[in-house]
Formats: sequence, structure tokens, C-alpha cells
Amino acid sequence: MRTWMAGLALLIGLAAGGATAATTERALANGMKVIVKTDHRAPVVVSQVWYRAGSMDESYGETGVAHVLEHMMFKGTADVPAGEFSRRIAAAGGRENAFTSRDHTAYFQTLQKDRLELAFQLEADRMANLVLDGDEFAKEIQVVMEERRLRTEDNPQALLYENLMAAAYQTHPYRHPVIGWMDDLRQMTVEDARRWYARWYAPNNATLVVVGDVAPERVFELAERHFGALPARDLTPRKAPGEPRGVGARQVTVKAPAELPAVLLAWQAPRLADPARDWQPYALEVLAGVLDGHASARLPRSLVKERRLAVDVGAGYDPVSRGPGLFLMSATPAEGQPVEAVVAALKAEIERIGRDGVDGLELARVKAQVLSSQVFRLDSLFYQAMQIGEWETAGLGHRAIDQRYAGLREVTAEQVREVARTYFNDDRLTLAVLDPLPLPEGKPKAPAPAPAMGGNHVR
Amino acid sequence: MSVRKLCIAILLWLVLPAWAGLDIQHWTTPSGARVLFVQNHDLPMLDVSVGFAAGSARDGRERSGLAGLTRHVMTLGAGEWTEQEIAERLADVGASLSGFLDQDRAGFSLRTLSGERERRQALAVLKAVLSAPRFPDDVLAREKARAVAGLKEAATRPEYLGEKAFQAAIYGDHPYALPESGEIETVGALIRVDLLDFYQRHYRARDMTLAIMGDVDRETAERLAADLSADLPAGEAPPPLPPVPMPTAGGEQVIPHHATQSHLFIGQPGLTRDDPDYFPLLVGNYVLGGGSFDSRLVKEIRQKRGLSYSAYSHFAPLRERGPFLMGLQTRREATGEALEVTRETLRAFLREGPGEAELAQARNNLVGSFPLRLDSNRKILDHLAMIGFYGLPLDWLDTYTTRVEAVTAEAVASAFRARIRPEAMSTVIVGGQLDPAGR
Repeated sequence: MRTWMAGLALLIGLAAGGATAATTERALANGMKVIVKTDHRAPVVVSQVWYRAGSMDESYGETGVAHVLEHMMFKGTADVPAGEFSRRIAAAGGRENAFTSRDHTAYFQTLQKDRLELAFQLEADRMANLVLDGDEFAKEIQVVMEERRLRTEDNPQALLYENLMAAAYQTHPYRHPVIGWMDDLRQMTVEDARRWYARWYAPNNATLVVVGDVAPERVFELAERHFGALPARDLTPRKAPGEPRGVGARQVTVKAPAELPAVLLAWQAPRLADPARDWQPYALEVLAGVLDGHASARLPRSLVKERRLAVDVGAGYDPVSRGPGLFLMSATPAEGQPVEAVVAALKAEIERIGRDGVDGLELARVKAQVLSSQVFRLDSLFYQAMQIGEWETAGLGHRAIDQRYAGLREVTAEQVREVARTYFNDDRLTLAVLDPLPLPEGKPKAPAPAPAMGGNHVR
Repeated sequence: MSVRKLCIAILLWLVLPAWAGLDIQHWTTPSGARVLFVQNHDLPMLDVSVGFAAGSARDGRERSGLAGLTRHVMTLGAGEWTEQEIAERLADVGASLSGFLDQDRAGFSLRTLSGERERRQALAVLKAVLSAPRFPDDVLAREKARAVAGLKEAATRPEYLGEKAFQAAIYGDHPYALPESGEIETVGALIRVDLLDFYQRHYRARDMTLAIMGDVDRETAERLAADLSADLPAGEAPPPLPPVPMPTAGGEQVIPHHATQSHLFIGQPGLTRDDPDYFPLLVGNYVLGGGSFDSRLVKEIRQKRGLSYSAYSHFAPLRERGPFLMGLQTRREATGEALEVTRETLRAFLREGPGEAELAQARNNLVGSFPLRLDSNRKILDHLAMIGFYGLPLDWLDTYTTRVEAVTAEAVASAFRARIRPEAMSTVIVGGQLDPAGR
């Protein structure tokens, strides 16, 4: 097994020397970091500006402001009126959008390679010169509340997740939803958005990531031209809120109109801090793979196929974050199966691994996924840039991405067993249960459609 | 190369200096499957997509959901392997096998590393799935139960209720009316023989389209295509789908729901894949509701009034007329306003047609973003599969930008007026009734 994987790793290395190649990095004098990865497969370039400011940097009463500001970033500067940013990118054949997460806010454009400068010009302008008009804000906050209704209020599974987070984190701001609590959105003012913008939108809090068919020197030159003149600003000193170690299992119940119950389990888990030396986060990733990394993994095999306790199961762990991590498991009980039995079965799978370990074949199977994912990710320019941005804003640096793949390959069966024993006692656990309520008045008589069995699996 | 082609090539070169064109190789396997192949060795990986005319329009009303369940269960036991062995054999080489289904088409996409060992093992699984599915009874029972659970959950969701009712409203008795995932009763009643029979009738080599993209040479591609299509069912071709009749009268349907938002669906049957007005409608729809923040619907609904997070219109072309749909979601008390603004936006667009500036913006975006449609193996594969399945000309991509450039305001206006009939449209509103809690 080892031999062919080593051979393949070499093959990837060779391929990487061809169409896709080196990543280079430069810092502008104002502290803005610029990272360029070349990929010459198509005459296209992705440009992303990452701000190290996400919902975890918000305080009580202003939750959601990071995301609201993201919306307002399209509402104009002195030189580029509201809506004009998107219009100019679209006119150049570009696609653009933005996203906000707990750790960061990022803005991106995908363009033909010779139009990269337009993206820089517009991004640099709104990094420093955003107008934040009161009337535009008044309309946009309505749009954001519609977004919250769509994504959360009317979606019982999303409500369950929101409640899980609010319980699993007692002190850390990860307890707040990225989109914000509805009451905070109702009371938010344009002043809140202005304060947020003034606090975090500065070149020394930003990373520019460019991936595509470009010459790095030329990109650095353009970056210098457009972002280089923006002054660095003193950033509010960051505090690093922690999360106390759990002292007993927590449980929350969400009652909402739904058909099927659902459970989510979250155990406190470490984040990746030192990519070269840490091994527990890699072992936890492999554990997630053993449980749910493919259709023949333990959870779908045992709970869905063999015992038919659940119609859907999942396990996941993301080691890359600025704040404290969680190892998650989920299940949708099959009709007639009590929630307790399904929770017990999920926990029993972890206990079994803690007791008996995993076999070599299982481990090799997960590592085969790791290896192929290392190749497959190179098919998407956007994803390559995402990965760089995430690792940068998490404070790990993009160079550590390859260390992760190496770290995953090194994980032993014994290490998987050890993390299964260490991190999964009930004191670290938060359990969230969706208790389906009958549909209120207005339930249609005839039941209707479904997630397709085709492209989308029943979920 | 013909003179015409040469001209287009030169034109393309001028418009898109970096666009080198896609070298699509094309042949038919000994058993009759159509193959489209693009060779590319940049990454050590291979994508294969196989498609059949085996979508949900082939279900029949009594067996709604059959196409989806058949496709799904084909991967859960085939040849000498159980479902567990299939999953393990794929996982062992890091390959992934996924499925797709719409009204017209069903099939599979395989992504694997291109090393010989990985490729052979992954393709052997796909071959077994295509040519020797077992449809085990116990697996079928379990998957039916899972599908029914999914259908019950979906029946609580406004977006599913609305889409389903909309599809039923615009298609009436046509098979496109059937929901892709079926009905609780019909899925619950399916038996093994139904699946086996559906497979025998619809997974024929002569109806198979193979798209191959990535790191193999022509000879290897030919061999794998011949092999994958070698042992499929023979038999008679199923009859073609009937044309979709254009509705003569519209209607409005309100489905009560407890959600905080109303979901609106407004539309009618739209266009076919080979429609001569495809490009005028594509460009025009960019202006109406396809062009995101450039579009009139987003400007009117979201930018000016803050009524919805998403507002759109789209044409989804199919073999026969696929849907034209305008949609949005808004707080329930704004339902009436949002509905009126949407309808007025459409009426104004039909009346005036696109403005010159709007049209230029649409053309610039569609032409300028063309290379972005083909910037990954995955995207190229999907285009190959689509071109192959619908039998579009192989230069469809090569002529795309010139055909967009050629669209005039008059062409858009007349194509829209000829197709889009506000008075014959169906409207579905999920929610929208008075909120008893007064929220």
C-alpha cells in the first residue's frame, strides 16, 4: 500500500510541476499579504480578498454585523456608486460574490486572466472608501432578515444546528450564528456597520489570494499599484476568548414543525495549532473518515444498512479554525426508532474504536481518500484559493496545507484509537435533539415531493 | 476545416485571445454508444460520465419515482459484488461514483485517479453497475423506506411543495409533470420487477452517451468506452416523449403553510434544447432575471425594495419544452406586493424588450465569462455529457460566443413575445395566508 501511494505522491508532485505549480508570497509595505498560485490549465484567474474578521469578532448585541457589512460592501463608494461594482465585474465577463464565516469575510471574482486588474482596482477602492449610506442600509437589512428567514427560521435542521452551537459554546463567540440573531438584526443601525468597517477593513488585516493563469511578478506589481497606497491602520487588539472544558453532558431540544426527528452530537475537540507537530487533529480527521468518509464506512454500514436504525448519518471534524473545535456526529432516526437508541449506537461506534482500534485496511482506505482528494482539489481554481485563504486566516499559513496531507498519511491505527479514547467522554458532549411538532394549521392535505434519489441523496 | 469554421475560429481568436478551443473527439462504440472525449494530462485524474434517456419522464404516473430508485439501487449490488464491496472497491482507490437524474436523463459520474490500478478498479465497478445490477430485495426495501422518509420530510418544506405544484400545474398530463423523486404511495409500491424492467428498457447501449475527460490517451479511451458499453441491454428503443402542449389558460394556486416566508413560483413551459430561439432567450433572460444583480427582477425585488434575498427567472431547456420559472421568497405580509412587482417586471420586459445598455451588458457578460464555463475538468465533462445526450453539434461551444454576439434587441423581444404568455402562466404561492399569530 505504502509503495503505490508514495509512487502516486511523486506523480502528483510531477503533475504539480506542469500545469499547476508554485505558490509565491509577498507582503506589501502596509502589511497586506499577497499569495499567488499559478495554474495554467485555463485562461482564467480567481482573485479573493480575505479579511480576518468574522462573526467570532462580534460582541453581544451586534451579532450578524460582519455579514451585514459584507452585503453593504456592494453598496458603493464615492467613485463607484451602489451596484456599480457588480455591474463592472459582470461587464468584464466576471463572476463575483462574497461569503462570511465565523473566522473571516472574503470577497471574490473570477475573470479571464487579462482582466485581473479590474478586480484589484475595485477591491482596493472599497477597502478604503466605502460610503455606507443610511437608506441603502435600511433596504439591505431587510434583505438580510429575509435571508435569515429562508436559511434558518423556516429550516428545522438549521435551527437545530444553531441551538447546538449556542449550547456547545458557553463563552466563546462561536455560540452566535454567523447571520446573527433576529433581534440583533432588527436593532442594527448603519452606525454598527460603520464601526465594524472602521475596525477591520484595512490592508494589514487582509490577505489577497490569486490563483490562475498568471505570472506572479505581474500580480505583485498590480497588487502594489492598487493596494500599496492604502494606509495601514492600528487594529483593535484582539482578545482570544476561550471555552472552558465541559463539566458534564449538555442537552438541548428544539421543537419545530417537521416530520422526522434528528440528532446532532458535538464533542469539544482541539484545533490544529502546530501543523508540523500536532498529531491529534490529523488522527481525529482520520477517525471521521473511518466513521463516515465513504459509503462503506462504519456509520452508514452499521446504522443505516445493517441495523437500519437511521436513514441518514454523518461524522465530521474540521481542524482549521481560529477558535476551539468540535467533533460532530449526526443522524436522522429511521421511522419507529427511538432517538435514544440512535444516540447510543453513535456513541457505541466511538467506544468500539477506543476499545478495539481500527484495522489496517480501514486505515488505508481513508488514506486513499486523502490522497485522491489531494489531486481532485486541483481541478477547481476556486477551491485552491479557498484553501489558501482559510489556512491563512486561521493563522496557520498556506505552506502548512501540504503538512496536513503529510500528517494525515502518518496517522497510525493506534493514534486513531487514542483520540477515540481521549476526546469522547460525556463531559465534553453537547447533544441536540429535534423534536418534530405536527405541522400547524395550514398543513396541506396531500403529502408531496422529496429530495431526489438521483443527484441528491436522501438527506 | 471549412471556410466558415475557419472564420469563426479567427473571430474567436480575436474575441478571446486565450481560448484555444476544445478538441472534442467523437466516435461510436461497437455496441452503439456515443462517445465524446477530451484528452488532458494536466492532472493525473479521469472523469467519466454516462447518461441514458432514463429520467423521471419515463416513470409513468403509477410508478412515479421509478427512474430515480432504479438508478440509485443499480449502485447497491452489481455483478459479483455486494453494495458493501462496491463501496469498498471504490474507496480503496479513492474514487467517487455519483449519480444524476432529471426529467430527461439519468446516469453516473465516476471520478478516479488515472493511474492504471486505480482507473481499472474504478471502471470495473462502473461496468458492473451498468451491465449487471442485482437489485437485491432487502436493499430495495431499505432504500424505499429511506426514500419515503425523505418524501415525508420534504412534504413539510415550502420549496418542495411549491416546485412540485408548479411542475404539475404547467405540465398537466405530460410526463414532465411527475416529480423526480416520486410520491410516497408510488415509491412505497415499487417492487423489484419494476426496477429490473425499467433498467432493461432504458439502459440500452444505443441510448448511452459517454463523456470522457482527462488523463488517458485515445486508445485507452476507446477501449474503456467499448468495455463500458459492451454488455448493456439490447431491445427496442422506447417511444419518444410527446411534445409539451402550451397551456391556453393560466391559474393561481395558494398552498397554505406555516413558514415565515411565502415562496412564489410563476411560469410556463419554455424551450427545448435544440430550440432555434435558444440564444435570444438566453440573452434576454439574463436581462429579465438570469443575470443576478444585472437583472431587472433582482433590481426591482431586492435592490429597490428589500423584498427577497433571492429573485430569479430561468429557462431549463429539456428534450421537450423545459420550464420557464420566475421565483422568490418573501415575508408573508409582503406576498401581494412581491407578486405584483414580479408580474409587472415581466409585463414591462415583454412590452419594451431589453434596452441597448442592458443588452450590451448581457452580451458582454455571457461572452466574457465563456472561458469560465470550461475552466475545470468537471465543467468540461458536464458540457460533453450535455452535448452528447442532446445530440448538439460538436462545435456548439465553438460557436457559442458568436451566437450570443449576434443576438439583437428585436430578436429578444420577438422571441419573448412569441413564447411568454403572462395570461397563460401558472402561479403557485406557498404560504401567503394571514398569519394567525399576527407575527
